[in-house]
Amino acid sequence: MSTATEQSKVDALVSRAQALYEDVSFESVRRWKGQSECRKAIGFLPIYAPREVIHAAGALPVGILGGGDQLEIVRGDSFFQSYICHLPRSVVEMAVSGRLDAMDGFLFPSICDVIRNLSGMFQMLLAGKYVHYLDLPQNFDSELGGEFYRTELHAIADAVGALTGTRVTDSRLRGSIALYNQNRRAIQELLQLRTEQPWLVPTTEYYLLLRAGYLLPVDQHTALIDEYLQAVPHAGRRPLDNIRVLIRGAFCEQPPLALLRTLERAGCYVVDDDFVLGSRFIPRQLDETGDPWTALVEGFTRHSVSTASKYDEANTKGEDLVSLVRAVRADGVLLMAPSFCDPALLDQPMLQSALDKAGIPFTSFKYSEDTGQFQVIREQAGTFADAIKLWGKA
Amino acid sequence: MTAQAIKDQSQERQKQMLSDYFDSLAHAKENGRKVVYTFVPGNLTELIANFDLLPVLPEINALQNGMRGRTGDFIHAAEKSGHSEDVCTYVKADIGMLKAGNMGPTGQPLPKPDMLLLSYTGCFTFLKWFELLRKEYADCPVVMLHVPYQGDGHVTPQMRKYVADQIRDKVIPALEKLSGRKFDPDKLKRDLKRSSVAEDDLVWVLESARHKPSPIDAYFGGVYYIGPIFTAFRGTQDAVDYYQLLRSEIEERIRLGLGPVTPEGNLGEEKYRIVTEGPPNWTSFREFWRMFYSEGAVVVASTYTKVGGLYDRGFRHDPANPIETLADYCMGCYTNLSLPERINLIESYMNEYQADGLLINSVKSCNSFSAGQLLILREIEKRTGKPGGFIESDLVDPRYFSAANIKNRLESYFQMIEARRGRA
Repeated sequence: MSTATEQSKVDALVSRAQALYEDVSFESVRRWKGQSECRKAIGFLPIYAPREVIHAAGALPVGILGGGDQLEIVRGDSFFQSYICHLPRSVVEMAVSGRLDAMDGFLFPSICDVIRNLSGMFQMLLAGKYVHYLDLPQNFDSELGGEFYRTELHAIADAVGALTGTRVTDSRLRGSIALYNQNRRAIQELLQLRTEQPWLVPTTEYYLLLRAGYLLPVDQHTALIDEYLQAVPHAGRRPLDNIRVLIRGAFCEQPPLALLRTLERAGCYVVDDDFVLGSRFIPRQLDETGDPWTALVEGFTRHSVSTASKYDEANTKGEDLVSLVRAVRADGVLLMAPSFCDPALLDQPMLQSALDKAGIPFTSFKYSEDTGQFQVIREQAGTFADAIKLWGKA
Repeated sequence: MTAQAIKDQSQERQKQMLSDYFDSLAHAKENGRKVVYTFVPGNLTELIANFDLLPVLPEINALQNGMRGRTGDFIHAAEKSGHSEDVCTYVKADIGMLKAGNMGPTGQPLPKPDMLLLSYTGCFTFLKWFELLRKEYADCPVVMLHVPYQGDGHVTPQMRKYVADQIRDKVIPALEKLSGRKFDPDKLKRDLKRSSVAEDDLVWVLESARHKPSPIDAYFGGVYYIGPIFTAFRGTQDAVDYYQLLRSEIEERIRLGLGPVTPEGNLGEEKYRIVTEGPPNWTSFREFWRMFYSEGAVVVASTYTKVGGLYDRGFRHDPANPIETLADYCMGCYTNLSLPERINLIESYMNEYQADGLLINSVKSCNSFSAGQLLILREIEKRTGKPGGFIESDLVDPRYFSAANIKNRLESYFQMIEARRGRA
């Protein structure tokens, strides 16, 4: 195997992922549905939706993360005031322009009041389609929030099953959990490689691979990552004198790809982040043998990752962030939130306080999914990286 | 100098009740009273009183500070300490007040919380607000009451069970532990009965706006003296007495054919009947109100006065099912309704109150209200054929109240109503 051969394999895989990323009209979903008349697709908004249930009902779960910087907003802006974040504008644009026509239904997981109200807007704009607000529990007691969540999972299974004509049996759901466990395993390996040898996994490639999982059938996505993991260590990539940073705040509205490229060019290896967080919201393997509903409930209530839209019951988010910074050997933290993002921006003072207390350097800036000017961010990130390289602190 | 406002007896009474309330908070610790911070939507006032605990409502402190011109400095202080300019100004006003010594709106000290009862109802920011406050009050316990959203437009038995179980299994045991008292179900039933009596009178007062002329302003008057008593005093004899007094005053206004009381006396001719959506601006409250009554505009129904409960759609606290009724109350608050249900409610207000139009005051701070309001506006115009108006301001950030712009827009809006009438 030559380095060039492996690099070309990597390039091909990344090109495939990039084409999916640029597919803001969901042509890949239309093609997938076109292979059989009975195929259905269910769109879900950030952050987390139980894709196993959708899959077990015979539908394709499709992540809807907005139009990024690729979509011209023609009508979407007329639905929102200037102080509302950008993601719902592009999502409404997709809806009213017909780009979401391939979806047979939508899940709006509870993140914030904007996404919540967007669910009601979809009920009106796309009347007749299945639109459900997924109220993820903020009470994590298995007898309380767990039981409530179980009823939510069954309600989704029944509704999607009614669309596809496929009943979600325990056996089917166990099979879906097993497939997603493989996907979780592959993603965790990708994360680990990126953390240990970030020069092998540039942030843009890593990001595109994650995003591909929001469009591809799960087995195809797992194969894509596995092939990348096999090829990339032999692609002849060499480390640069970059600092290692951890990013928080980008769990919902996604940064444009050019912004991620800018951060690396400014001298930052991203060794941990919360991009496309739903794809790794439950980082461990779920039980494939017992009651599959319980496996999903416990996965969420006991093992899902901490993020700003989830109640921090244990009151440890600051300490947890500090521990993670040390575990991934990050030199500093970029608090990178979308403008007008309530969860991320309300979280920031608590995270800043914990980082300050621990003496961990950080810097913060805002973006939107269609940010087009990166000079200021490049200077800020570059200065941050230089300061750490020179003095070990920002 | 601002002229002295003209007030009815009920307004004087509510002022005294609020003053006594803040006085009791100022002396809570020396009197051995423990304090529970909680929020207006989904408040469990009768349950907190069951344990002889005092409720503190941070939104009320923020808006009261806003009306007294104190929040600009508080918000500035919070932003200097790392809070984003993009987020809710109630939160920043509260954090800023805390950093300035926690002197409440009346100039008296506010007690530290002994518990943060996080009634997570209809507003995501509540969750972050108490996470932030918990950091400020290091050892203060937080009790989460997750109230599911009516995303599909109704309350399911599973939703009711979830909330009721949390009240039984989490909230009541935590309040028992804090207070050292056992839960008294008989007292709760008695208090809920008093709540329902007051609720009957409150609804009667709100619905009096169906008269022409309306004897009340259901927005400015609604938030000033009709509604505020409800939250902290619900379940008390004081609240029952207050609403009887208020009702008798309104009955007299109807008998005399009077319009609502304003800070400058009784409104003259009622020229425009308006339904409003969204909270008011608090920092220029009186100036904002004057822009309406100086044009003869009366708000006959408002959604904001329903964040504390939708009693006018039939809900009453039910002493026969004390825990389940608290659950239903929490889930029924206006901000917990789906967007289509909000539109249906506004449409019914437009028809029932024979309104001339819908005016939306869109506040920067509150995405729970604001996200989707432009769709609400278009849909109501389409369904009713009545003109919609749209203005923007904020809750308690004085930087976002542009008086000249808002006045211009309102005057244009009223002219538009006039023009439509001319064509009718």
